[in-house]
Amino acid sequence: MIGVRRRFSPLQRLLHWLMAVCILAMLFIGVGMVSTVTPKFLPLVSIHKSLGIAILVLALIRLGVRLLYGAPPLPVDLPEPMKLAAHLSHYALYALMIGMPLIGWAMLSAAAYPVVVFGRIYLPAILPQSDSLHAWLWDAHFCLAFAFFALVLMHVAAALFHALVRRDGVFQTMASVTTQDG
Amino acid sequence: MPQPRRPALGSLALIAIVVGASAAVFAYTAGWFSPERLTPTRLVDALAPPAGPSLGHRRNHAKGICFTGEFDANGAGSELSKAQVFAPGQYPVLGRFNLATADANAPDATVRVHGLGIRIATPDGQEWRSAMIDAPVFPVSTPQGFYELLLASASKEANAMKNFIAAHPEFAAFGDWAKNTPWTDSYAEDRFNSLDSFIFIDNAGAEHVVRWSLLPAAQPVSISPDDLAKRGPDYLEQEIAQRVAGAPQRWTMVVTISSPGDPTADPSKAWPGDRRSVEVGTLTVQQIEAEANGPCRDINFDPAVLPTGMQTSDDPFPAARSAAYMRSYDLRTAEAKDYPRDATGTKP
Repeated sequence: MIGVRRRFSPLQRLLHWLMAVCILAMLFIGVGMVSTVTPKFLPLVSIHKSLGIAILVLALIRLGVRLLYGAPPLPVDLPEPMKLAAHLSHYALYALMIGMPLIGWAMLSAAAYPVVVFGRIYLPAILPQSDSLHAWLWDAHFCLAFAFFALVLMHVAAALFHALVRRDGVFQTMASVTTQDG
Repeated sequence: MPQPRRPALGSLALIAIVVGASAAVFAYTAGWFSPERLTPTRLVDALAPPAGPSLGHRRNHAKGICFTGEFDANGAGSELSKAQVFAPGQYPVLGRFNLATADANAPDATVRVHGLGIRIATPDGQEWRSAMIDAPVFPVSTPQGFYELLLASASKEANAMKNFIAAHPEFAAFGDWAKNTPWTDSYAEDRFNSLDSFIFIDNAGAEHVVRWSLLPAAQPVSISPDDLAKRGPDYLEQEIAQRVAGAPQRWTMVVTISSPGDPTADPSKAWPGDRRSVEVGTLTVQQIEAEANGPCRDINFDPAVLPTGMQTSDDPFPAARSAAYMRSYDLRTAEAKDYPRDATGTKP
């Protein structure tokens, strides 16, 4: 039964780890590309755009799967503040996974740059050209990127805290590689 | 909760190390531990004149005048690139004549290098953006060299430029041009050159390393900087507005194909004069547009925006320029209040 799942479904675990790699790569590429003028700049920007759209698509799929399958319950003895932090951080992670690519896409649209992904796919502009919107979206993209990385670090710290200190099985709900739900 | 089998302190320390190390690697990637790394920010900051940047304006080529027109492709370019822009036809152009200065109010006679940015749009939704200058070669071989040139030009040390030139012998060709080639009295008389090389890919997938130029139809009339100064600080934009109002102005686009061994990675070195070149079409400037109120203000003439059938080559500049132009764009769009679109839009 869905309500008493002890682990995330295999599809959820696959999406989680795939996206973990994508998002970490994305954040590192992002701060790396804006701090170089070497020829690496162009491929990094190109990958950043393509990976961003890939993350957007994966995040929407993941949101659908999450709504469908739900999540295993947190341990009953987990203190309320930690439960609240867990829930809020997951909302924030989903918001950023979906919001950041959209902000980036909108930012490029407002600057009237062609938005090309995977080498040849031209995406339509999702905003009209606008200096003020561009400036606002750029600030948002920049600040939220650091917030996103901070949130990822907190997420990792919390996962390790569950795995190493509390040993309460929360880590295994996502870390387990077995296909059985248990 | 099960009892921990090892001291929690060790586990907490491990968590702190994982988080701390991740944050450190992130900061390193962002360049926070690398003050010597040439970043777009450092490059763009080095462009600023002593009094500070012209807020709201491009950080280089800050002074200019916008236009619209068309590119009439004759079809000959299709031999070199499958880009739609070379298929016979007329494609709309947005462009901007400019002066290579970071000061939006620099008098025309104080700026040696003239530039041209264009954006050609094709029906397939793709764009070709290019930013060219009238010098036949670029002053330096590498982006790092360009940064050093900016530092030397701004330096108060007596020997800064001398030392720079000694360290950058490639500067001589540009220096010779700057010193000895007559100035022109109109943007319409300038030949504009890509200088950077790019790769064109034809329909068979073959690659051609090329540079391109726009050759003016108007005959050049030379003028001394002193005489140009007498005509007024903004003469060039007034003159081109008047000239285009009288008749459209034309340039022939010529693509030059490199031979093996040519210095494709170094825009400070001209290719031998006998390289094959192909006339691919005509740029017609039909109408001068308002600068502050016009369509160029919020366009980045990023030379790395290329249609399918063109890509960057081993020349390191388009990537560096793209990074720096983007930084400039990000800065100036956030400063729009310092360079507002005015209600009248009378200044051409």
